[in-house]
Amino acid sequence: MLEKALTGSRRYGILVGILLALFGMGVYFYLRQLEYGLGLTGMSRDVSWGLYISQFTFLVGIAASAVMVVLPYYLHDYKAFGRITILGEFLAIAAVIMCVTFIFVNLGQPSRVLYVMFYPSLTSVLFWDMVVVSVYLVLNVITGWTVLSSVKEGVPPPAWVKPFIYLSIPWAISIHTVTAFIYAGMPGRSFWLTAIMAPRFLAAAFASGPALLILLCFVLRRFGGFDAGKKAIDALATIVTYAFLTTIFFVVVELWTVFYSQVPDDMEHYRFLFVGLDGYNTIAHGMTVAVIAAAAALVLLINPRTRKKDSLLAAACVLVFLSLWIEKGLGLMVTGFTPSPLGHLTRYTPTGPEAAIAIGIWAMGFLIITVLYKIFLSVREAAELD
Amino acid sequence: MKLYNRGIIIAGIVVFLAAVTFPFWYDRGKTIAPPAIELDTPAIQKLADKRCVEDTAFMRDNHMKLLASWRESVVRKNVHTYTSKDGRVFEMGLTGSCLKCHENKSRFCDRCHDYAGVKPNCWNCHINPEEVL
Amino acid sequence: MAPTRREFLIIAGISAIGAACPPLSRIIAKETPSRGTHLPGAPGSAPALTAKRWAMVVDASKCSSDCKDCMTACHEAHNVPAIANPNHEVKWIWPERFENVFRAESHAHIQETVRKQIIPVLCNHCDNPPCVRVCPTGATFRRADGIVMMDSHRCIGCKICLAACPFGARSINFVNPRPFIRKLKADFPTRTKGVIEKCNFCEERLARGILPACVLACEEKALVFGDVEDPNSKVRQILDKKFSIRRRAELGTKPQVYYIL
Repeated sequence: MLEKALTGSRRYGILVGILLALFGMGVYFYLRQLEYGLGLTGMSRDVSWGLYISQFTFLVGIAASAVMVVLPYYLHDYKAFGRITILGEFLAIAAVIMCVTFIFVNLGQPSRVLYVMFYPSLTSVLFWDMVVVSVYLVLNVITGWTVLSSVKEGVPPPAWVKPFIYLSIPWAISIHTVTAFIYAGMPGRSFWLTAIMAPRFLAAAFASGPALLILLCFVLRRFGGFDAGKKAIDALATIVTYAFLTTIFFVVVELWTVFYSQVPDDMEHYRFLFVGLDGYNTIAHGMTVAVIAAAAALVLLINPRTRKKDSLLAAACVLVFLSLWIEKGLGLMVTGFTPSPLGHLTRYTPTGPEAAIAIGIWAMGFLIITVLYKIFLSVREAAELD
Repeated sequence: MKLYNRGIIIAGIVVFLAAVTFPFWYDRGKTIAPPAIELDTPAIQKLADKRCVEDTAFMRDNHMKLLASWRESVVRKNVHTYTSKDGRVFEMGLTGSCLKCHENKSRFCDRCHDYAGVKPNCWNCHINPEEVL
Repeated sequence: MAPTRREFLIIAGISAIGAACPPLSRIIAKETPSRGTHLPGAPGSAPALTAKRWAMVVDASKCSSDCKDCMTACHEAHNVPAIANPNHEVKWIWPERFENVFRAESHAHIQETVRKQIIPVLCNHCDNPPCVRVCPTGATFRRADGIVMMDSHRCIGCKICLAACPFGARSINFVNPRPFIRKLKADFPTRTKGVIEKCNFCEERLARGILPACVLACEEKALVFGDVEDPNSKVRQILDKKFSIRRRAELGTKPQVYYIL
C-alpha cells in the first residue's frame, strides 16, 4: 500500500515538498545543536525543560485521543466512526513519532539514548513512559495498517487484530497518565504536584485531539474527496465540547484549591501563569490569549446551532487547539519551573534554532499524516471502484 | 514472482554493491605502515620492572574492556584498587594511573587509535596530561 | 509457489532486522567482572575515609559576606567551568540569601544578621533522593554511605533530575565546559557537553583519605563533615549542642546537609 504515497496530484506534491523543506530546516538546526550543545536553545539551569518537552507532553495527548474514535466504534458499535477510526489511529502514529523525536532532541547526550533500555530503572517514570509510548506506537501501526489492508481487500478485518484494538484503548489512557506522572511525582514542584494532573491531561487530550481530527476531516473533504459524514463530525464536536468543559472545570478546581487555601508557594506559580511575577509576564500574555480563545470556543461549542455549522465548528476547533496548546504546552512547562526552588525568576524564551527544530518536527509529523492519509484515500478510492 | 522494473533494480543493486565494497577496492595494493607506538617515556624508563598492569598481549586486546570495568568499579562500586593476575595492586584511573606511565597520549593511544580508525570519547572529560603542561 | 512481491519485501525486511541484531550469545553474556578487590591502603595513598552515613554541617553564622573560599576550592578541585551566562552556569556550591534558601521560614522581621547572611548551598545528598528515583538510566544513584553520585558516563542528559531536585543543586553542561575552566586540574576529569553534574561530597578525595575540599578550605571551620551515624563524630557533636535546620525538610527527601544560622 505504501506505493500509493508516491503518486498524487500536483497539490499533494507541493504539500509534501513544503513539509520536507521545513523538516530539512529542522534537521539542519538540530545538527547545529548537536555540535554546539543544548546551549543553542533558550533553556537554562533554572528552566531546564522548554519548548521540546512541552510539545512532547501536548502531543502525547493528541496520540492518546485516538481512543475517542476507537472506543465508540469498537466497544459501542458506533457505526458513524467506522469511516474515521483509521484516521484517528494514523493521527496517533504521527503524534507518537513526534513525541519520541521531541524527547530525543531534548537530550544532552543523544548518542546514549539506548541506555534507557540497556540500564532500565524501574523507579523512573521516564523509563515507563518510553515503554508505554513505544508499545502504543506499535499497537496503532498494527491496527491501523491491518484494518486499512482489509478495506483494500474489501473484507472485514481479521479476528486476530481485535485484541490489539481492545488493548489500545486502555493503553491510550495509560500513555497520558504515565506522562502526567512525570510531572505529578516531583516533590519540589508544587505547580505540578497535583493528583488531578493525569485527569486534566486526559480531558485536555480528548478536546485537542478530536478538534484536530475534525479539522483534518474538513481538509480531507475539501481537498481529498473524502466525507467523514455529518454524524461523525457532530459526534466528534460533542466529544470536544464535553472534554473541553471538563478541562476548564479541572483548571477551575485547581485555582480554587490554590487560592482558597492560600499556600504562598502554590499561589505564586498560578500568579506567574496568569498575571506574571515582577514584570516577567510573557507566559501570562500567552495565557490571556488562551483564556480568550477558550471563552470564544466555549460560546461556539455550547450553542448547538453554531456547533453544527461547519465553518463555525472549524473556528471553534482552531480556538480549542490553540488554547490548549498554550496552556498545556509552554504554560504548564515554564510555570512549573518559575519561580525556581530558590525563588529566582529566570526568563525562558525559545531561541530561533530551537523553534526551527520544533517546527521541523511538527512538519515531520504533518508529513507522516499527509502520507498516511493519502494512502488511506487512495486505498478507499480503489476499493470503491472495485 | 515477476520482477518489475528489472533494469532499474539490477542497476541499483550493482551501484549499492559497488558503494559498499568501495573501501576494499579503493585501498587494494596500498600498504599503510602499522603505527609506531612509543613506550619509552621518562616514567617508563625509570621503572625497574617494565610491566604494565597485565601482560602486553592482554592489554593490547582488552585494554578497553579493562578500562570499562575500572570505570564501573570506581564510579559505581566505590572500589578503587585493581589486583592484576599476578597479584600486584594498582589504583584504578585513566589519567591517574595509565597516563602516569604513558605520558605521551599522542604517540601512544592516538597513533594506534588513528590507525584503527576508532575515536574513543574518553578525552572529552579525562585530561590528557600533555595538554595541562 | 513463488512469493508475491509483498511477501518478498516482508521477508526481506524481517531478515534485515534479524541481521542487524547482535548475536544472542552477546546479549546473554555478562560483561567481564572486575577482578579487583578492595584493599584499603593501596600503594601511595592513605586509608580511605569511610562512614555509615556521610553528612555535613554548615554553620553559616561563621560565613562572612565576601568570603568564597569553599566555593573556589571546590570549583578548582573539580574543574567546574566558570560560565558567565547565568543560564548556562554550572555550580556545585554557591552563595544564597536566607530568603532564598529557607523560603518558608523567611519573614519580614527576621533578625538582620540572618537576613543579610550569606549561606553556602550544595547538593544535600538526600537519604531519599528524588533525582535518583526519576533517573531513567541509573546515572545518578545513592551509595551505601549516602553519597548521591553522578555517573557522567551513563548520563543521557534528559534533565529530569534537574526538575526533580527541590534544591536546584544540579547543573547541565549546556555547552562544552572545557574552554571555561580557568585552570585545568589533571587529577579530576572535566565533564562533557550535555551531561549533568553536581557536588559529589568529594568522594574521590574520601577514597584517598582526604576531607572535602570546601571543608579544608574554610578558615572559619564553618563547614564540618563526618559520619552522622557515629555519635562521636564532629558532625554529631555539633548537632547535639546546637539548633540545626535542613532545607525543605517537609518534602521528605531527608537532606543530609544541616544548617546552623
